[in-house]
Amino acid sequence: MSTRFWTGSRRDTLAGYLFIAPQLIGSVLFVFVPLGLVFWYSLHEWNVLADTFTFVGGENYQALADDPKLADALVATGFFSAGLVVLNLSLALLLAVLLNQRLRGTVFFRTVFFSPVVVSLVAWTIVWSFLLQDNGGINGLLELVGVDGPNWLRGEGTAMLAVIVVQVVKNVGLNMVLFLAALQGVPANLYEAATVDGATRRRQFLSITVPMISPTILLTSIITVVGSLQVFAQIAVLTQGGPGTSTTVLVYYLYQQAFQFHHFGYGATLSVLLFAIVLLLTLVQWRMRRKWVFHES
Amino acid sequence: MKIRAILAAATAGVLSLGLAACGGEEEPSTGPVSLRMTVWSSNEAHLKLFNEIADAYQAKNPRVTEVKFDPIPFESYTTTLTTQIAGGNGPDLAWLLENSAPDFVGSGALLPLDDTLAKADGYNAADLSPAATKLWQAGGKLFAYPFSTSPFGVFVNIDQLKAAGQQTPAELIAANQWTWEKAVAVAAASATKSGKAGLVVRDFDYKGWDNLSTVWTGWGAQAWSADGKTCGFDQQPMVDAMTFLHKAIFTDKALPGPGTTADFFAGEAAMTVTQISRASLLKEAKFGWDLVPLPTGPKGQYAVIGQAGLGALKKGKNADVAADFLAFFTNPENSAKLAAYFPPPRTSLLTADTLAKTNPLLKPEQLQKVVIDGISGGVVKPSHTGQAEIAQAVRAALDPLWKPDADIKAVLGGVCSAINPLLAK
Repeated sequence: MSTRFWTGSRRDTLAGYLFIAPQLIGSVLFVFVPLGLVFWYSLHEWNVLADTFTFVGGENYQALADDPKLADALVATGFFSAGLVVLNLSLALLLAVLLNQRLRGTVFFRTVFFSPVVVSLVAWTIVWSFLLQDNGGINGLLELVGVDGPNWLRGEGTAMLAVIVVQVVKNVGLNMVLFLAALQGVPANLYEAATVDGATRRRQFLSITVPMISPTILLTSIITVVGSLQVFAQIAVLTQGGPGTSTTVLVYYLYQQAFQFHHFGYGATLSVLLFAIVLLLTLVQWRMRRKWVFHES
Repeated sequence: MKIRAILAAATAGVLSLGLAACGGEEEPSTGPVSLRMTVWSSNEAHLKLFNEIADAYQAKNPRVTEVKFDPIPFESYTTTLTTQIAGGNGPDLAWLLENSAPDFVGSGALLPLDDTLAKADGYNAADLSPAATKLWQAGGKLFAYPFSTSPFGVFVNIDQLKAAGQQTPAELIAANQWTWEKAVAVAAASATKSGKAGLVVRDFDYKGWDNLSTVWTGWGAQAWSADGKTCGFDQQPMVDAMTFLHKAIFTDKALPGPGTTADFFAGEAAMTVTQISRASLLKEAKFGWDLVPLPTGPKGQYAVIGQAGLGALKKGKNADVAADFLAFFTNPENSAKLAAYFPPPRTSLLTADTLAKTNPLLKPEQLQKVVIDGISGGVVKPSHTGQAEIAQAVRAALDPLWKPDADIKAVLGGVCSAINPLLAK
């Protein structure tokens, strides 16, 4: 019997590990180690200026439970996410269906709606901050049609709406393209058969299109929900969390606590909370895929 | 096996980083030294002067091979600085804003300077104005040098006022009528005529509320008591001052409303309240302008100053060398040079003659009335330990005030409820 160490299967194993090594090392260094550190920091009181780093156990988590401002931040986050997901997905689907027609100019409009996706986020937001001023471009347009526009970024209700719309217009093109690709993958013969059976356009949409593109709906909703929980630059540029605390979403609150108020330990605790929320939502959506998503096989 | 090795490596990484975060100071080195100083100015003339001073220092101290001035944008200055410190990458010296002074001075992040300054040749620390150094001291020790003590004044666009047929502030001062009532009336009339903004409290923008201390001090109001423990927002002087301001914004339209920006220096407003160091922005102004002291309030004349300090970070590898460079950077000779851009804390330099040499844009009368009188009698803008958190709470609680139908007293009471727990910390 041969006792050669490098048997074929060992060689294959090594090759396999080498193939995944770059990704694995990257993940460990830039995902798992920072995650571990954030959790470690959340157990400490870290005063940067005084240069103290004291173990406090669960105190930061207790503070989290007692923090009256956290509820406001969670409510603001909920509003933002719900508004963004509903508006983004429905608009993206509507645009995709409209631009899936074989008509002149669809390529032009696809480009128009997609182009904000490739614009720098901060530049995009800064331009919108000018447009949304009380004497800015949006209200100037409204004035032309005789409407006295609100002070968008200063009203408690309109500020959140403005942030959501700015974000939707920025990113709706990405979901639109994903939906377009999915729509084009729906076999045409299904529609032909449905037409022969006398199904209306609405019925065809609900009974053929939606089930056939449901994997894409799931994917886009996960991406959009997770992305909405990470909103930061838009808030920092447009409202800085105001007016009041109406647009202080969780990530912005985390930033304030850690980097502005120098409560790095508590900031890390908020990060752990954010991580748990994102993980939970993703798991829920993933679990529900069996119920929602239609698989051909 | 491999997995265990990876986990071990990751754990070691976590531990070493964690330990680095709580690690102590390093031994002072004796080899070549390179210093880094964070500043918020990227003005070429400023940096040129700093580099000249640094070159002179290096010529005398060959051990110091480099002094690097590292500009950080003003808007995020303190946040960036503290993040650098948190990451173990803090500078050796740093400019500090007055609103972060209590945090930096009280935390022990800075090296006490008294001994170094006392040892420095011909430093004459007794020349520093006590009003200027007060904010930067704790327990009788000086933790930062107030390199810039810049009073607030009112810059005026004479052309816009004249076009609106209004008296200029200089005329009003001569007639002893330069009051807030009058200033607001003039601003409102000018705004109506020009269609531009009237009076802009610069950097306020319905967020930077501490800039409003340039107004409410005229009513004898203060954000909190001198000991920092009692909230002043719900007290009568503040209610009166804010009522006046609210009327000036929403009834008289003398100040641009929330969400409207106007830059005086671009000719978009008739008047602006800001620090005199902004005069340099008027070098190429295409309109006639003047600089006058703040108008008088119901409590009479007053002045407000903004400050910036320079400190050496204790945690730096070469903290002693950094402090020594600080002493050189701010000695009488270099202070005189710095006075070209930053109103100095040295009483010997605070004369209209000296300042006139370095501030050619300002007339001796303006220097005397706004700068010298301002520095000697000025109230520093509000600052408190944990300022950033308090500032954020005040901003959020003040937001409901910036509506035409606001219940001023109730809003100001709300500000105190919001910050009382923070003031008590």
